[in-house]
Amino acid sequence: MSYTIALAGNPNCGKTTLFNELTGSRQHVGNWPGVTVDKKEGTYKKNKEINMLDLPGTYSLSPYSAEEIVARDYIVKEKPDAVINIVDGTSIERNLYLTLQVLETGIPTVVAMNMMDEVENRGDKIDCQKLSQILRVPVVPIVARTGKGLDELMKAAHKTASGAQPSNQLLIFGDDIEQAIEEIKEHLTEGTPGDRQWTAIKLLEGDEVIAKTLKPAQSGTIQDIVERMDSKCNGDTEAAIADQRYQYIGQLVKKTVRKAQSGYVETRSDKLDKILTNRVLALPIFAAVMYLLFAATFSENFLFIPGLPSPGVWLAGIVESAWGALTGLVEGGLTAINASDWALGLVLSCMDGIGAVAGFLPLVLVLFLLLSFLEDSGYMARVAFVMDRIFRHFGLSGRSFIPLLMGFGCSVPALMASRTLENDKDRKITMMITPFMSCGAKLPIYLMFAVTLFVNSNQTMIVFGIYMIGLLAAVASAFILGKLLKGGQVSNFIMELPAYRIPTLKSVLIHAWEKVKGFAVKAGTVIFGSTVLIWLLSSFNFSGMCEMEDSFLASMGNAIKFIFIPLGFADWRASVGVVTGWIAKENIVATFGQLFGGVSDEVIEAVSAGEEALPAITSVFTPAAAWAYMTFNLLCMPCFAAVGAIKREMGSWKWTLRAVGYQMLTAYVVAFVVYHLFGLFY
Amino acid sequence: MTLKDLKPGSEGRVVSIGDKGPARRRIMEMGVTPGTSVKVIKVAPLGDPIEVNIRGYELSLRKEEAMRIVVE
Repeated sequence: MSYTIALAGNPNCGKTTLFNELTGSRQHVGNWPGVTVDKKEGTYKKNKEINMLDLPGTYSLSPYSAEEIVARDYIVKEKPDAVINIVDGTSIERNLYLTLQVLETGIPTVVAMNMMDEVENRGDKIDCQKLSQILRVPVVPIVARTGKGLDELMKAAHKTASGAQPSNQLLIFGDDIEQAIEEIKEHLTEGTPGDRQWTAIKLLEGDEVIAKTLKPAQSGTIQDIVERMDSKCNGDTEAAIADQRYQYIGQLVKKTVRKAQSGYVETRSDKLDKILTNRVLALPIFAAVMYLLFAATFSENFLFIPGLPSPGVWLAGIVESAWGALTGLVEGGLTAINASDWALGLVLSCMDGIGAVAGFLPLVLVLFLLLSFLEDSGYMARVAFVMDRIFRHFGLSGRSFIPLLMGFGCSVPALMASRTLENDKDRKITMMITPFMSCGAKLPIYLMFAVTLFVNSNQTMIVFGIYMIGLLAAVASAFILGKLLKGGQVSNFIMELPAYRIPTLKSVLIHAWEKVKGFAVKAGTVIFGSTVLIWLLSSFNFSGMCEMEDSFLASMGNAIKFIFIPLGFADWRASVGVVTGWIAKENIVATFGQLFGGVSDEVIEAVSAGEEALPAITSVFTPAAAWAYMTFNLLCMPCFAAVGAIKREMGSWKWTLRAVGYQMLTAYVVAFVVYHLFGLFY
Repeated sequence: MTLKDLKPGSEGRVVSIGDKGPARRRIMEMGVTPGTSVKVIKVAPLGDPIEVNIRGYELSLRKEEAMRIVVE
C-alpha cells in the first residue's frame, strides 16, 4: 500500500534539506495549479511506496500569502496520510506555533525536531520524549544536513500514516474560547471531527476564506457566536487565540527545553551579522558581493584581469564553440548528401535557435549556483534588509533589488530570480520592469549608432544616456504599476532574518539545477518555435525561397512601418530589425548589416572596434530617430527567451501578454517623447 | 513608548500590537505577543527597517510597523 507524506514547516527550518535527503534525486518540481509556487514531489529513496511532498514553507496556516494558502489547502482538503512537521530546534517557540495549527487539523502528524546538533552545541537540551507525551504525537530528533535520525523519523512517519488514528485534540485555549469552539462545532456538519475543530478555530479567528464556505443557514448563528466572543476578548478573538497558543507554547517549552543560558545569547551568526550588516560596512560589502556575483557570471575580464573570462563566460564559450562545431558538422553532412536549400536553411536555423538557448545555460547555471548559495546561506534576507529603505519609495521591497541588478546582464536569469519575491504584486511589477534594465545583448545596437551617427559626440555618454532612459522608465513604471495593479496585501517587511548557515553542496546543486532545467524546457520551446517562424518568414515569399529583401518579413516590414512614423524611423529595414531583435537583441546589428549592404560579421567587428560601421544608415536615421530607435528597442518586448522566462514565472499567458503589452506601450510612448525632445537639439 | 523608540541594545516587554489587520496577524504569528520580551539588535544602515530578537530568533520589521507595537 502506498502512502503520501507531506513535509510542513517554517521557512528556513531545513525542510528542503530534509526533502532532498529523503528523496535523493527522485524528485519532480512542478507548479501548484493557479499559483507560481513550486510543488515538489518525490518518493522516499528507501521505500518507493512512500510518496513525499514538500509543502511551501509557512509560519502559520492563516491565509497570508499564496504559499500559506497552498500549504493549508493541501493539508486540510487533500489530507495526506501523514504530515511530517519539521521544527527548527534553535527557534522552537515560533516553530511550534505552526505545529499547534497542524495538530488542530487532526491529520496524523510526526514532529521532526531538526538542527539538534546546533541545539547541543549551544548546550541546550530538548526533551523530545516528554514533548511527545504532551503533544501526543511522535517527536523524533534529527539533523537533516547530516541525515542523522532520518530512518527513525521515517519509521515513525510510516507507522503514523498506516495507523490512521486521529490525534486527540489538545486543550490549548482558555474556557471561553474552548466553549465557543464547541458551540460552533455543533453548527458544523461536514467533514471529520478534525475538520470541524479546525474550521471552528478559523471562524473564530475571523478567517474570511473559511467564512465564505459556510451555508447561509449556518453563517447567521455562527456569526453571533463569533461576535459574542469578540466582545469578550475586547473585540479581538484573533489576537486572543494567537496569544493563548503562544502561552501554551511557553508552558510546553518550560517543561521540555533546558537552555544553557537564559535571555539573549549572541551566536556566531549574530557576530557575523554585526559585520555584514554593519552601519558603515554593510553597503560596501554588499556592493562587493554583487560585483562578484555579476562578474562571475557575465564578466569578460574577471576580477579586473584583462582577458580572463569568468566561469560563466568561459563555460558559455565552450558550449558555443562545441555547438558551432556540431552545426558545422551537420552543415557539412547535409551539403554532402545534397540537401535542398530550404532543408539546409531550416535545420541550420533550428540549430541556431537551440544554440541560443544552450548558450544561455552556462550563464544561468553559474548565476543560480551563486544565488542559491546566497539564498540558502541567509545573506539574501540581509540584502533585502539593507535595500528595503530605497525600494520602498517605488512601492517595492528590498527583495526586488537582485532581479533588477541582474537585468543589466541578462533578463532571463534576472526574471527567474524574481521568484525569491514573496509578495505577488511586487513580483509581477519586478518582472514587468526587469527588461528595462538594458541587457548585454542590447549594447551592440547602441554602439552601432554611436560610432556611425554620433561620431562627434561623447559616445560613452550616449550609451550611458540610453541606460539612464531604461532606469528612469523602470522607476516610473514601478510607481505607476504599483498604483494600477490591484490586489496583494499592503507591502510590509515583517521578515525573519534566518541564522547564517553554510548550505550543503547537495542542496545548492539541486536548487540551481531545478531552475536551469525549468529554463531549458520552458524557455527552450518558446525560443525554438519563434526562431523557426521568423526563419520561415525571412526566407520565403509566395514564389518560394528568396533573399530577405523579398521575403514575407520584408513585406511585413513595409506593411507595419507606418506605425513608426511618429517615432521617426518609418523604414521597412528598421521594422524588420525590431522583429529580428525579438529572437535575440544582438540580431538587430546583424540584420542591419545584411539589409544596409554590409557584411554582417564585418559590421559586428567594426562596431566592437569602435569604427564607423554602416554609413548607409545615416540616410534613414536622423540622430533624433536613432535615439528613438535605440529607446524603442531597449524598452519594447524583450527577446523570446525572456518572454519564455516571463511566461514561466508568471504562470499565465494573460499576465505574460499584459507584461509584453505594457512594455510595448512604454517603448512607443517613451520613444515618441525621445524623438520629439531630441529633435529640438539636433 | 513603542518598539520604534527602543535604542539598539535595549530590551522591552510587549504590551500591545496595533490595529487589527493582516500585518498585525503576521506580527503576532511571528511570536510578538503581549508579555514577550523583545530586544532591538540594530537599525539597517539606511535607517530603516530594524532588527529585533524575539523568542530566540531575529525578526526584521519597518519602523512604521514598530511604531504600532507598544512596549514597556
